[in-house]
Amino acid sequence: MKQGAIWTRPFYYIVVFAMATISLYPILLMMLSSFKTSVEIYKNPLGLPTSFSLDTYRTLLSKIPFTTYFMNSVFVSIVSVVLIVIICSLASFYIARFKFSWNNALFFIFLLGMMIPIKLGIVPLFILMRDLGLINSLWSLVFMNIATGIPLTMLILTGFFRTMPYELEEAARIDGAGNLRVLWHVVLPLMRPALGTVVIINFIAAWNDFFFPLIFITDKVKRTIPVGMMSLFGEHSADWGSLFAGLTLASLPMIVLFFIASKQFMEGLTAGAVK
Amino acid sequence: MKTVTVMPSKKKKSWAKWTIHLFPIPALVIYGMFVLYPILAALSYSFFEWKGMSRGDFVGFQNFVTLFTTEPYGSMFWNAFKHNVLYFVLQMVVMNGLALFLAFIIYQKIKGAEFFKAAFFLPRLLSVIVVGFLGKLILNPNFGTLNIILEKIGLESLQRAWLGDPNTALIAIILVNCWFGLGFGVLIFLAGFQSIPAELIEAARLDGAKGFTLLRTIYLPLMVPSITIMGVLTFIQSFEAFELVYAMQGSMGEPYYSTDTLAVFFYRLAFGSSTASGTTAIGLGSALATVLFLFILICTTVFLRFANKKDVQM
Repeated sequence: MKQGAIWTRPFYYIVVFAMATISLYPILLMMLSSFKTSVEIYKNPLGLPTSFSLDTYRTLLSKIPFTTYFMNSVFVSIVSVVLIVIICSLASFYIARFKFSWNNALFFIFLLGMMIPIKLGIVPLFILMRDLGLINSLWSLVFMNIATGIPLTMLILTGFFRTMPYELEEAARIDGAGNLRVLWHVVLPLMRPALGTVVIINFIAAWNDFFFPLIFITDKVKRTIPVGMMSLFGEHSADWGSLFAGLTLASLPMIVLFFIASKQFMEGLTAGAVK
Repeated sequence: MKTVTVMPSKKKKSWAKWTIHLFPIPALVIYGMFVLYPILAALSYSFFEWKGMSRGDFVGFQNFVTLFTTEPYGSMFWNAFKHNVLYFVLQMVVMNGLALFLAFIIYQKIKGAEFFKAAFFLPRLLSVIVVGFLGKLILNPNFGTLNIILEKIGLESLQRAWLGDPNTALIAIILVNCWFGLGFGVLIFLAGFQSIPAELIEAARLDGAKGFTLLRTIYLPLMVPSITIMGVLTFIQSFEAFELVYAMQGSMGEPYYSTDTLAVFFYRLAFGSSTASGTTAIGLGSALATVLFLFILICTTVFLRFANKKDVQM
């Protein structure tokens, strides 16, 4: 056993280093490849690019309306996240801070969404969006992001609301504050950690969403980044260099945000599963 | 609003009491319209005849019968189902097994734990499209890293077009998915390890438990809740698998349906990109959606019931 103990630590380090390399390597390779021409990718796939020219990025921007895709993604993600936070704050405040007899049932119905494979409802959704005139509208994506974000967001916010003491709220009520004022001025400021978590999970989900834009958006100028990237490969399949330039640009916002707030990201994305 | 403020306090209170019921309404409306309604509608669609996007007569279980007894649908279903099962099993063994082990290592207070956590987690932030293309980059037959490494270590005989070969394509895609999801599992399992009371482990150590005994008698039983959660999440995700297959192999599950999954098959039926006749088959698609939905629901419920006896909460 003693002998085993000597070897365990180095063995652990070898394993985590190897796995960290496997995790990070493809992302680094993507970034390096984004500076290479297709010819260079074929000839020298693993090495450093011969020059860090931005030609691939220029080609990318001239070939597809990448800026438009980017702005569409920004619009959809930000609007979705803001609305989710508002809508779910109201609903979870209601469920957590009041004791109406139907509140538990309501909460359960919201949580049920975590087990519903919503993709299977895509045909009725398509017909619904068509009837609402939302096909080829970015609002179809906003509504889907809100609707699919609700279960997890409700779980996190309701859980957090329940842990907060009632005293502060009561003091404000005695001073004559209504429900909205209590929520806005008293409760929400104390909720910052939970709100941060909720913003992060929903932002990642909205930014990376691929399935709903694939179905609801056919107009080229209404595409968000993921579907736009998909089409880039279909139409210009030989140009790996600018493809990776596009993928790098698509991933960069998330990676930068992750470097700034990696702890919140990791806590946020696992918040639903760990209680 | 102004009239309310000058009213006697009793009236004001009942007004305030009433308005509180508006708070959950926006969430309920959006959730009801875009989650509950579509899934229930999809179930009902499976009992009707469909011509394109318009609903015809009630046909009972006809769509289900056609789905399972008519070719090519019947064999496509079982072909895809097998792939989903493999998806689940491989992810449980490779991804969750590895994640459990890595979480255990990080739990041993190694240096740089935060860095490793972040490194494992980073892929999770990428869009499925990016993940798919990274898979294609690494597995490319001409300039992919995997084949180059095989050449460098003298195993040229193993080189192949990983995604073009029906024998390896599905496994390759599942492993790409494992790469994507690994960090999430590590964090879940790490939280599980960290919630084990230190005294328990101390006590077991004092009793002389070491190495594998400690693992078997203390760690594993106490990790059942996190393993259950990961199991359920992996199960749902495996049977819903669509995006990565679609992004890497297209809606036909290339090469020749060898990477097809039930959700991709469903997509083909619902949107007609490549059904046998080239038209949409919404009735069949809805029947498939119903079968898959009930299968996921029943399996997870039974599983959670069973796990609940061991004090698990989801």
